[in-house]
Amino acid sequence: MATVTSAAQQPIRALRNWAARPAVATALILLYLAVVLLVLRGLDRRHLWFPTFSTLAFPAFVLSPFIVMSAPISRRLKTILIGGLILIAMPLVGIYDTSYLELAIQICIFTGLALGLNIVVGFAGLLDLGYIAFFAVGAYLWAMFTSQAPTVINISGLLVPAWTFPIFLIIGVGIAAVTGILLGLPVLRLRGDYLAIVTLGFGEMIRVLARNLDQPINFTNGAQGLHNVSPPPIPEIWTSFTSSTANLMGISLANVTPVAQQLLFYFVGVLIVAIVVVVARRLDDSPIGRAWTAIREDEVAAIAMGVPLVKMKLLAFAAGASFAGAIGVLYAAKQTFVSPESFSLIQSISILAMVIVGGLGGIRGVMLGAAVVTLLNLQVLKNMSLQLNALRQMDFVIFGFHVQNWPTQLEPAKYERLVFGLLLIIMMIFRPTGILPEPRRRIELQHDDVVTDEDDVSPAPGPMVGAN
Amino acid sequence: MLNRRVRLQPLVLFALILGLLLSSSFVVAQEGRVIKIASQSPLSGGQSAVGVGIRNGVELAIQQLGGNLRDMGFQIQYVPYDDQASPDVGVANAQQIVADPEILAVIGHYNTGVAIPSSEVYNQNQLLMVSPANTGPAVTDRGLPIVNRVVGRDDLQGPTGAQFAASLEDVETVWVLHDTTAYGQGVAEFFRQEAEAQGLVVLGFEGTEERANFDGIIQPILALAPDLIYFGGIYDQVGIFISQARAAGYEGYFMGPDGIDSPDLAELAGEAVVGTYYTTVAGPASIYPNAAQFIEDYTEAYGEPPTPFAAQAYDSAAIVLAALERAIEANGGELPTREQLAAEARATENYEGLTGTITFDDNGDPEYSNYYVLQVVSADPAQWSSNTVISTIQIPSPLKAQELAAEGEATAEATPES
Amino acid sequence: MASVSRGLAAPSWSLRLPPAVRWVYDYLLYPIGQMLVFIIGAAVVLTLLAYLLAALVPEPRPNIILADQISRQLPGMIISGISIGFVYAMIALGYTLVYGVLKFINFAHSEIFMVGSVVGFEIMRRIADSGTLQQWNPVVLIVTVVLVSMLVSGLLAVLIERIAYRPLRGAPRLVPLISAIGISFFLIDFVRATEAITRNDFNLRYPTDQLPWLTQSVALQFGTTTVNVKPTSFIVVGGAVLTLLALNYFVNGTKLGRGIRAVAQDQTTAALMGINVNFMISLTFFVGGAFGGAAGSLFGMNVGTVTPYVGFIPGIKAFTAAVLGGIGNITGALLGGLTLGLVEAFLNGVLVYFPALGQRYTDIFAFSVLILILIFRPSGLLGERVDEKV
Repeated sequence: MATVTSAAQQPIRALRNWAARPAVATALILLYLAVVLLVLRGLDRRHLWFPTFSTLAFPAFVLSPFIVMSAPISRRLKTILIGGLILIAMPLVGIYDTSYLELAIQICIFTGLALGLNIVVGFAGLLDLGYIAFFAVGAYLWAMFTSQAPTVINISGLLVPAWTFPIFLIIGVGIAAVTGILLGLPVLRLRGDYLAIVTLGFGEMIRVLARNLDQPINFTNGAQGLHNVSPPPIPEIWTSFTSSTANLMGISLANVTPVAQQLLFYFVGVLIVAIVVVVARRLDDSPIGRAWTAIREDEVAAIAMGVPLVKMKLLAFAAGASFAGAIGVLYAAKQTFVSPESFSLIQSISILAMVIVGGLGGIRGVMLGAAVVTLLNLQVLKNMSLQLNALRQMDFVIFGFHVQNWPTQLEPAKYERLVFGLLLIIMMIFRPTGILPEPRRRIELQHDDVVTDEDDVSPAPGPMVGAN
Repeated sequence: MLNRRVRLQPLVLFALILGLLLSSSFVVAQEGRVIKIASQSPLSGGQSAVGVGIRNGVELAIQQLGGNLRDMGFQIQYVPYDDQASPDVGVANAQQIVADPEILAVIGHYNTGVAIPSSEVYNQNQLLMVSPANTGPAVTDRGLPIVNRVVGRDDLQGPTGAQFAASLEDVETVWVLHDTTAYGQGVAEFFRQEAEAQGLVVLGFEGTEERANFDGIIQPILALAPDLIYFGGIYDQVGIFISQARAAGYEGYFMGPDGIDSPDLAELAGEAVVGTYYTTVAGPASIYPNAAQFIEDYTEAYGEPPTPFAAQAYDSAAIVLAALERAIEANGGELPTREQLAAEARATENYEGLTGTITFDDNGDPEYSNYYVLQVVSADPAQWSSNTVISTIQIPSPLKAQELAAEGEATAEATPES
Repeated sequence: MASVSRGLAAPSWSLRLPPAVRWVYDYLLYPIGQMLVFIIGAAVVLTLLAYLLAALVPEPRPNIILADQISRQLPGMIISGISIGFVYAMIALGYTLVYGVLKFINFAHSEIFMVGSVVGFEIMRRIADSGTLQQWNPVVLIVTVVLVSMLVSGLLAVLIERIAYRPLRGAPRLVPLISAIGISFFLIDFVRATEAITRNDFNLRYPTDQLPWLTQSVALQFGTTTVNVKPTSFIVVGGAVLTLLALNYFVNGTKLGRGIRAVAQDQTTAALMGINVNFMISLTFFVGGAFGGAAGSLFGMNVGTVTPYVGFIPGIKAFTAAVLGGIGNITGALLGGLTLGLVEAFLNGVLVYFPALGQRYTDIFAFSVLILILIFRPSGLLGERVDEKV
């Protein structure tokens, strides 16, 4: 038996060793990137199967930085490649087809949110099901001060000019952090399930308040949402830069302004995510991060070791919330519309799914999770709907089934809950540590084979190792 | 570390296969210049009955009326989007729609609250939108050059309803409910204002998001026993309310705006629906003299009679196609830009559609539109199209009315001189 | 530890009574009396509060005398509060039973309730489609619908426990919680997809209007005011009382119930005593799920139309009710559910006269109660302090 396996594995192993050689690996990586970019360049929107092809090609492109990251190539090359992909290739792909730019911005937004939630759930172990509320605070902050909707702020002439956007990004950080502390204060004593349900309640309350605060005084314009939110102004030079870049690529943009605008949002998004990554990484490696780990592992022991529990928990809430606030401001400016429905429980859960899928506690994993889940939700499911519609109009027959008879209620775009639900269950049962587990968590989250009693007091070796 | 290196391989293989797969696609790519027309309406969820009708209407129009464009060497593709009746999803879809350079026009939406924010996105990209069903005044009153609609407005529909309610002999008190959306709240406000002006007593004005258990909401209504309940909302909510209010012993009239105009209202409200009044901007297709063929074709293609707003969707798409033809001709046989098409659509004049003759005013409202008051005759959803039309009024749009008034003054001034 | 062990039943009684009398007292008189006390107590307190408000704000709106309105609405508000309160209580029992045994919040319970309501719809719809609906005896019909949805929901709960919770027992607390959220989301769309494929429909309407005895409201006379009550309200209350009595008997009067109580108190010791712990946990899930299912079908009959999204709001309110009464405590779930239902009915009835607020602020109330209670008295009205072991 053993010999058979090894015989079968022989060529695979050889191939593996061959691919692991730096030169080969570099060549393979470059080949991969070239193929993906060429495919993206060559995709024909008019083709019947375009939605399916684009669903294969764009994720392959988005995942390429992660592939580069895990490839056995030199550090410098990695940095160059990843930087090039994010700062040059993506904008070019985005100018070529602006729908990809839109997706890229959404990925930035959700990556930022997932990293923020990761601080609360992954680092400090506080399950927050109302995380979207902080995002809402940021979004409503910018929207309330720039929307043309008949709110009290608009009527009393308190609207701010659009150039204040960068200032509001910072104010957003501050306000969301304060909200985070305000939420954190009363729930300090709660843990686990109770904390989850209280934060869920808070999240829902913020949504219900946003929905109802058009009466007696109109702050939020209620369920109708705040429309005509100002995007930040685009400098002239940026517009001409965009159009000349497009010209270089051989594309004549009929309408430059929206593309330039999207491009600007993309770079702002990348900048925010970069800052979040740096801050999160520094926090994780600092005494604060170790204090969070201690709280996550064992609150009582942490107190006994002198960890200032109150301060640390509040700091976790504030840090997580502050990122969401800044991203909320960006989101409101990009979407030019904010309504309470954007901040429902399903959004909180989808961000949680990103963190879980990627790997609780790890930064790279969470980014991967955010990219994967966002793509699933915004590209894969939507394109399935479009593909079905294209086939339906052709009266396509597959295995004797007329696509025309597909029930309208079975619109794939609407089945994000099914996807999130399955992802969460499958990850929890088979790989609770996520796709790219953080080494510390990997040890902790592995199941004990022994069924212990409900309070899981079993002295598993994990936590102690993890506590560093 | 070794573990990670392995992961590289399948990905590269995957990319290679993908490349091969796709390179084959270049070969079979279809020839010809492509025009895409998108639509946005709720295709899934509680309001899909009408949303799917809108999609079908557009699809039928493109099939039947796209011939000229095909002869000009263009291929027309139709991309229906599902806005799920949610502003959030509508805007996200709109972002995707404007990013597709081949999409030149959008037919949509069903919900005013979705149309307003989405049209802002279209407007930034000069993308033409023709609405088959949105009645909120703000849809066109913002004066966006790209927004047009083929139906009437809530600031005329609400009052039409209120006037009718006041004309009912046994109605003196009303209770007004709405669904807190831009559409429901808006039309309910207009109803309330006119009802008060007509001397009706408005006992209550409430917004509710409840969709299942209206028990608690009904209790105060029962205590005050209004003669009529007006619910500014959509049928998937109003239907449940009607059934529960009747079961709880409410004996007065029910009334609603065009949002409750759907066979699903009868489905959801059951026997209690009989006698419900509603105003609408879209009469049943059978009321239009030109629509006989449409009803036949629609029924044959989709196996059911056209739902409300399907004919309006057909007309909206037809207006877009006609504008496209004109724009292409003006452009010397080349594809027009989105901006040109939007301007051409706004210039639509005396278009003979199924539902009437349509000329857009400067805001994109039809100069004249009809407002109908109907009464539900049967709890059988199949009988929905035979609801009794109680009255039909033609009212000019506000801009047209101003124009008429100015003309009237002009003639009035001119008369004494002559 | 607050636990399932203290059910509805009477405390141990030193007086010697004949067994039959004892049985009637323990399993009929005492629990019914307890329900009555809860209902009357909550109703009286709320009525007093309402009149107090009326004294403070006599005329919140021109021509509306608040006190008069309250008097006119009082019976109607109480009846609607009780009927929704019992639904909350039945769902809350599912949360409480599972919490009592596993110290774990079954997030997916609101969807078990939803499945119950959809199953109830399916049965009634199928009977109606076969054209025999009118021939059914009302009692038999309702009992069939409720029992089948109890069975389906109960089995579903057991299945969920086997698939998504049991493999994770012993893992950190976050893990089963997250998988429960996953189950909840999955179930919503699974049901949605099933109905999409079989019916291509989203709104699922019970064919109640084909049954005259279900739609004809019953006029009750309270002094000078007549209140029309939906017959389904009686069915909800009656069904709830009967199933609650059955639960009380099951938990306190049977061997299996004793097994559940034992497992709730101490799993290890229970196992040493020869109790099959896994079986008892499954059984708990079955009973809790069955209650969710019963609540679902009764709720569905009462409201007429359900959708796959119908579970979330009642679910979170029932959870609030369970926490309000003290999670893990059966009596607490009953008290919490009835209190919350009545409070909501009163808020709906009174807020409507305050134009600045309106009924739409009723829902915020449930969330505020939940948060305040968890922060200031996590053990609820009837619970003991829940200290987490470390």
